[in-house]
Amino acid sequence: MNKLWITLTYAVFTLLLIIPLGKMTVAAFSGGLGELGAALSRPEALHAFMMTALVVVTVTLLNTLLGMMTAVYLVRGTWMSRGVRRLLNSIVDLPYAVSPIIGGLMIVLLLGPGSTAGVFFEQIGFKIVYAFPGMVIATLFVTFPLMVREVMPVLQEIGTQQEEAASTLGAYSWTTFWKVTWPSIRWAVIYGVVLTIARALGEFGAVLVVSGNIINRTQTATTLIYQDVENFNVTSANGAALVLAAFSIGLMLMMEWAKKRRGVH
Amino acid sequence: MNTLLRHKGWTWGFRSTLLLYFLLLVILPLLGVYYHSFSEGWRLFVDSITDPIAWKAVSLTVRLALTAAIVNMLLGTMIGWVLVRCRFPGRSLLNSLVDLPFALPTAVGGLMILLLLGPASWVGKAAGALGFEIVFHSPAMIIAMVFVTFPFVIRAVQPLLEEIDPSEEEAAKTLGASGVRVFFQVVLPSMLPGILSGGMLAFSRALAEFGAVVLVAGNIPGRTLVASVYIYGEVESDNTAGAAAVSVLLLTLSFVILWVVNWVQTRGKSQ
Repeated sequence: MNKLWITLTYAVFTLLLIIPLGKMTVAAFSGGLGELGAALSRPEALHAFMMTALVVVTVTLLNTLLGMMTAVYLVRGTWMSRGVRRLLNSIVDLPYAVSPIIGGLMIVLLLGPGSTAGVFFEQIGFKIVYAFPGMVIATLFVTFPLMVREVMPVLQEIGTQQEEAASTLGAYSWTTFWKVTWPSIRWAVIYGVVLTIARALGEFGAVLVVSGNIINRTQTATTLIYQDVENFNVTSANGAALVLAAFSIGLMLMMEWAKKRRGVH
Repeated sequence: MNTLLRHKGWTWGFRSTLLLYFLLLVILPLLGVYYHSFSEGWRLFVDSITDPIAWKAVSLTVRLALTAAIVNMLLGTMIGWVLVRCRFPGRSLLNSLVDLPFALPTAVGGLMILLLLGPASWVGKAAGALGFEIVFHSPAMIIAMVFVTFPFVIRAVQPLLEEIDPSEEEAAKTLGASGVRVFFQVVLPSMLPGILSGGMLAFSRALAEFGAVVLVAGNIPGRTLVASVYIYGEVESDNTAGAAAVSVLLLTLSFVILWVVNWVQTRGKSQ
């Protein structure tokens, strides 16, 4: 009886995950290495990958710092009442429930050319929407819960005893953070960083709306794939998709490895 | 250096940064969408939603997402059970593979399905010869949604299954219950909260999905256009009021689902 279920499980994995992934890899190499290289070294493809890299680096830095801070304050911030912290805590999850397209729309509505803030920034010569800052904000919105949700449970688990001991012994809050808190949340932060990179790398909907998908200006790797498919240029799309998939799978393996080393899950 | 780091200004700076961050990144944009869709009065909101194309897009999305969620609840229950309870070669490999759809960019997921089922592939040709239409129609859209939401139910069910006390099942077996009966009366009830909350998360994610679906759908208004693609189209054609109205509908639905999931999970924990 169990044999049947195991076979079915294998069948689902093969049909849904393995065959599509294999098919894409084969299709990307079907024109030979030369064609794959040509598709990837198009100026717009190179520019798109550079944009993606820039967005990923900026967002990962910002999200790591601000996410860690948010987690620390939501767990330890006694200056906020319990009610406020609970409210903020439930707000953290909201980006999960928001469609990326709507996330992008929100930023266009708030900072786009039609809004007061957008007109103001336009006048001082700073473009947000259809430019790099907007793409960073959109990706930041989408990745916002990842770091907070990784770090918060660890902070809750370790409690405050050690930190209190450190400050009783006269350590400044910075020293306490670096010497006591940081070593225990380090792995959670690393997971958070990997998740953020993976999500930022693959973000599509929000970035598409906010960036306007302008070739050689605001186009990222995912929006390049979209445009190639829309132009029936599937072979070129395959090349970019293969690179992205390789990166994401690499990140996933790293995460698995880290988890195994830590002995969680 | 230390006196500089100990300055009171840091504390205030950090606290206001945190509150500003919440306000600017999450709260203001969300309120902005609600404000924008109602700013020109209820009439425009109702008109935007009852626009036949918008309405059809929303109802199609709900139907497809529901189908995908049910498929995932069935597959997820089976796979979760097999991965926890059965020992077979390749188990840990499959267990790691579960997260693949979360790791892959959704646009890549959509492209993979397009390649596999598209008109040029042998599946597409066979379906075409039989008179089926897969790609650019509902079947491919459901497959894309199932692919993207694949891990939810499995990951929600696994910890629950690991927690079940094996003695309960053994007791049921000793009392003469058949394997099927033990599953339905002992194992399934403990998995149910996970199946439901995983299913709801999958539904909410499928409602919101854009990247994978836009690539495999035909995006024909009124027939194969889902809500998120409709919103994108309206933004592109500068009808932000219409986009905001449909967004408000989807957002409210997702928030209610998120709230129910939280409620189910906290209730499950307190019991």
